[in-house]
Amino acid sequence: MTIDANAAGMRQAYAAQNARRYAMIAIVFGLLVLSFFLDVATGPGKYPLSTVFDVFTDPLSHGVRLKVIVWDYRLPVAITAVLVGALLAVAGAQMQTILNNPLAEPFTLGVSAAASFGASLAIVLGFSVIPSVGPLLVTVNAFVFALLTCGFILFATRLKGVGSETMILFGIAIFFTFSALLALMQYMASEDQIARIVFWMMGSLSRASWEKISLGALLLAAAIPFSLLRTWPMTALRIGEVTAESMGVDVGRLRVEMLICVSLLAATAVSFVGTVGFVGLVGPHIARLLVGEDQRFFVPLSALVGALVLSLTSLISKSITPGIIYPIGIITALIGVPVFVSIILSTRREKLS
Amino acid sequence: MTLHIEHLKAGYGKTEILHDVSVQGIQGGAFVGLIGPNASGKSTLFKTLAGLVTPMAGRIAIGDDDVTYLARKDRARRVAYMPQAFGCNALLSVFESVLLALKQTTGWRVKSDNLDRVSDTLNALDLSHLASHGIADLSGGQAQMVAVAQTIVRAPEVILLDEPTSALDLHHQLSIMTSIRNEMDREKPVVMAALHDLNLAAKFCDRLVLLRDGVILADGPPHEILALPEIGETYRVETDLERTGRGALYVDARLPA
Repeated sequence: MTIDANAAGMRQAYAAQNARRYAMIAIVFGLLVLSFFLDVATGPGKYPLSTVFDVFTDPLSHGVRLKVIVWDYRLPVAITAVLVGALLAVAGAQMQTILNNPLAEPFTLGVSAAASFGASLAIVLGFSVIPSVGPLLVTVNAFVFALLTCGFILFATRLKGVGSETMILFGIAIFFTFSALLALMQYMASEDQIARIVFWMMGSLSRASWEKISLGALLLAAAIPFSLLRTWPMTALRIGEVTAESMGVDVGRLRVEMLICVSLLAATAVSFVGTVGFVGLVGPHIARLLVGEDQRFFVPLSALVGALVLSLTSLISKSITPGIIYPIGIITALIGVPVFVSIILSTRREKLS
Repeated sequence: MTLHIEHLKAGYGKTEILHDVSVQGIQGGAFVGLIGPNASGKSTLFKTLAGLVTPMAGRIAIGDDDVTYLARKDRARRVAYMPQAFGCNALLSVFESVLLALKQTTGWRVKSDNLDRVSDTLNALDLSHLASHGIADLSGGQAQMVAVAQTIVRAPEVILLDEPTSALDLHHQLSIMTSIRNEMDREKPVVMAALHDLNLAAKFCDRLVLLRDGVILADGPPHEILALPEIGETYRVETDLERTGRGALYVDARLPA
């Protein structure tokens, strides 16, 4: 009798835990929707949410001017914030699992620095890695360099004796290398070009366009089922590589597949908006605290939290000083660094105990 | 169910670690202890049997099925290998960590009988009170018991335990070994455990296999194997096998003079 009672108790506890997790996901989704609408409503001209709803359902309900402001200016920015936040956070979450390091994300692994260098090549020398891409020159260069860096990380993980701590050191090495190359580019650049490089590096959502949004959305739509299919092996990886292998997971292959997937996500995100650090760190970190590391909940919630963080950042960037939109990269770094430090401190504690 | 290992050669890269290892007819329900000093090839043998290391030559069979080159996932359904324990910091509950071990080979959706199986396993190992604890917060003994749960939840035909009692106190050593014995009496799997403690091996095992430098030196019941002079030679000690007042085997070992 006690055994049956135990079994029922355990199952109930598990069901209750999962119910809480669905609730968490629903709450964060609700906050995201709210933040998204506030983001669209906020700007040099502030509109009530009801007006924004009207323009959504019927673009011309409040005149052509409002249709242009909402549909052509603010909506692409607000959607880009949500999309890029989700892309960066999913990339960060998966990198942390694959590399077994809670500090791994596109920024700390040097992917953003590489993208900045790629962008500067385009801005200063007009050099294109892939010929005849026209106006997308800067974005494509940034994408290619980000992808090459991910490829290098993939290669580095295959090297013998490269542990999870070493990966972050590799990231720092990549970061410094590209920073130096970037400084070289700035040295060669004209005043106008320097301004463009610096602006690119600070991260901005104003480069939003419907083409980029569709591409990003398509990638995210492909990445989510791709990740969900691998949730059980990825969760197993969290309790140790050898243990996962002993359970039948082909860890080597899983790593390669997932790194290729997240490389595309990370490279796309940074090439769209420039350097936006720490979203890939903050999103997964908060998601982990809310729902744990069953990847069925962890990955979708990471995406939602990342989207929420960047959407709020977009809102904050317009609200500090009326009429000025601050670069989002500055704001995410200011939010992200305390989280970064708290992760370092908490991992240290775990190792000491 | 019977496990056959025939003329097995295996290693890493070009280095051969196991040289022509054969262990015939390991019966289900029998507890086989694999003994031998560090670096004798015990873990390599287990990894080869579990499909984590591809053999260079030889044959592994479960009953009449040749499983030598069976794909890793198919192998994981039949052979469960519990690696040497080390900590982890994942934010997962004990229940989840056992469930995920089961879910690697049972499809994506969590079904009701999956949850039953996990609850039954935790009950059988007397771990139900820990079900919703985080695995990162467990003590060494508890973590080891959870690793056993992750292994037997899959109801494998062959269970391979790599030093299941390392770093545990006496109480936890005995409770782990007893839990494994109970599981064997229920499901009759083939069980092989790599053990360092010869007295623990004598107490729980039906059969001992002595491995040194990738070669099997002896194979037989504990009272015969532990009395062999090869034991002393292999471990570079002097040994005497005695019986205690209760009739238990006791290996008295000391450093050579």
